[in-house]
Amino acid sequence: MTGAAALRGQFPLFGKVPRPFHYLDSGATAQIHASALEAMQAFDTTARANVQRGTYPLAEAATGAFEAARGRVRRFLGAGPAEEVVFTAGATAALNLVARAFGETLAAGDEVVISVAEHHSNFLPWLQLRDRAGIVLRVLPVGADGRLDLAALERVVTARCRLLAVTHCSNVTGAVTDVEAIVAAARAVGARVLLDGAQAVQHGPVDVAALGVDFYAFSGHKAFGPTGVGVLWGRGELLAGLPPFMTGGGMVGEASLEGAEWLAPPARFEAGTPPVAAAVGLGAVLEWMGGLPWGGIRAREAALARRLLDGLAGFPGLRLLGPMDLECRAPLVSFELAGLHPHDIAQVLGDRGVAVRGGHHCARPLLAALGCDGATRASLALYNDEADVDALLEGLAAAVRILS
Amino acid sequence: MSEALYQQALKALAEAAHGAGRLDDADARVRLDNPLCGDRITVHLRMAGGRVAAVAHETRGCLLCRAAASAIGRRAPGLTPAEIAAAAASAEAQMAAESPPAPAWPELEAFRPVRGHPSRRGCVSLPFQALRQALGDAGRRT
Repeated sequence: MTGAAALRGQFPLFGKVPRPFHYLDSGATAQIHASALEAMQAFDTTARANVQRGTYPLAEAATGAFEAARGRVRRFLGAGPAEEVVFTAGATAALNLVARAFGETLAAGDEVVISVAEHHSNFLPWLQLRDRAGIVLRVLPVGADGRLDLAALERVVTARCRLLAVTHCSNVTGAVTDVEAIVAAARAVGARVLLDGAQAVQHGPVDVAALGVDFYAFSGHKAFGPTGVGVLWGRGELLAGLPPFMTGGGMVGEASLEGAEWLAPPARFEAGTPPVAAAVGLGAVLEWMGGLPWGGIRAREAALARRLLDGLAGFPGLRLLGPMDLECRAPLVSFELAGLHPHDIAQVLGDRGVAVRGGHHCARPLLAALGCDGATRASLALYNDEADVDALLEGLAAAVRILS
Repeated sequence: MSEALYQQALKALAEAAHGAGRLDDADARVRLDNPLCGDRITVHLRMAGGRVAAVAHETRGCLLCRAAASAIGRRAPGLTPAEIAAAAASAEAQMAAESPPAPAWPELEAFRPVRGHPSRRGCVSLPFQALRQALGDAGRRT
């Protein structure tokens, strides 16, 4: 029961919204799976209390559920100890955490490498750090097909580099990063690697050990989970050497007017009450994802992406962004159509029940590098099928007729 | 639904691009972006005797944004800041009210279908906001 229709049936929203409805915006927010909703409902109705504080049974149950969720995230990421998993408010918060905490360990003149393909969430925190701390921000370019220009690594990654912070998968081009090459370039100069996994996690479990990276960030809502929760995974020895990003309750051992003693990770980075129910929901959905046959699902997603790419290629004046080789792209397709604005296209499609995103996708440097003012994006997930792709193609033909 | 929004009058207004271009001797220039979609407009304004002497705009935007800029290019010259403010309010009313009063400019009627699409009102408002900001800047300079 892992066909698209059967899977779609496990996402309550699809049974409630007016039809026709073709959701092709999972790159912005994936729909939430029933397991996450059920887990959150169960937590809030049977185990709701603050975590890591109370000693009464309900509080212990809450802490147990929260820590169980941490363990489920650990398994999804193929990570080591659960203490390496930090719950955050989302991928943006996780990336900012690294920029702040790891940034505190950098000196003026130290270098951080990002790519021009980064979402603003993995671009602006580093821009701020540059302006605040005097680090040097170096930028890996992309080729014409949007893939990172790995040939430039030798030039961009110098002996002063302390961190490479790049996307695992572009939210505009779908290009999947050759992580091995990034890690090799980092290791050659003793630098660390942060991967922004926001667009990767909805296409299956991740193996951070195999990737060989040092930090990995993602959002719950892009992994069929709730909004308001995300994850930063970091190597234990690295997290242990970083100062907190935010301070408050639950993250200090000793606190007096003379000073404070930070707790060990992950508590050090989870000041205040964490998004407990959302974390529990995320843990549940990641557990569900871990049991899916990803080989078949990825093959189906790739076939749909091919159908979409082939269909779009037939439109005069249409420019596809990103690599054409589905071996190195996620099932996410952005395009521009000469003379038609992405917002107008998205409007016409939306009126036909086809949900896509039009605009700059919070990746203005990348669009500028690609010579593109804005693009229309369709992002596929495991619940999509041929009817969704065909509806987009038919809607686009209508958009051309209506808008021209 | 889409056909109503993208009616011929709106497309023709956008296509006409009244006032498109630059003013080299502008009293004020204002560039505004729509953070939602990245649309951008730069309004160039020259005033004389308390009225708009000339207005030009460089617009990179959707049909709604371009149509609004075009309406401004056609109607704003000769008007006072107060009349421009009234037209901007009239444009907002066309997009918000179920039975709006007659539009200040005939072209503004083309924006009535935007009422059903709240996320698109900003596309129409952007050129008016830029013009009003330019009027403010020019007013402070005189």
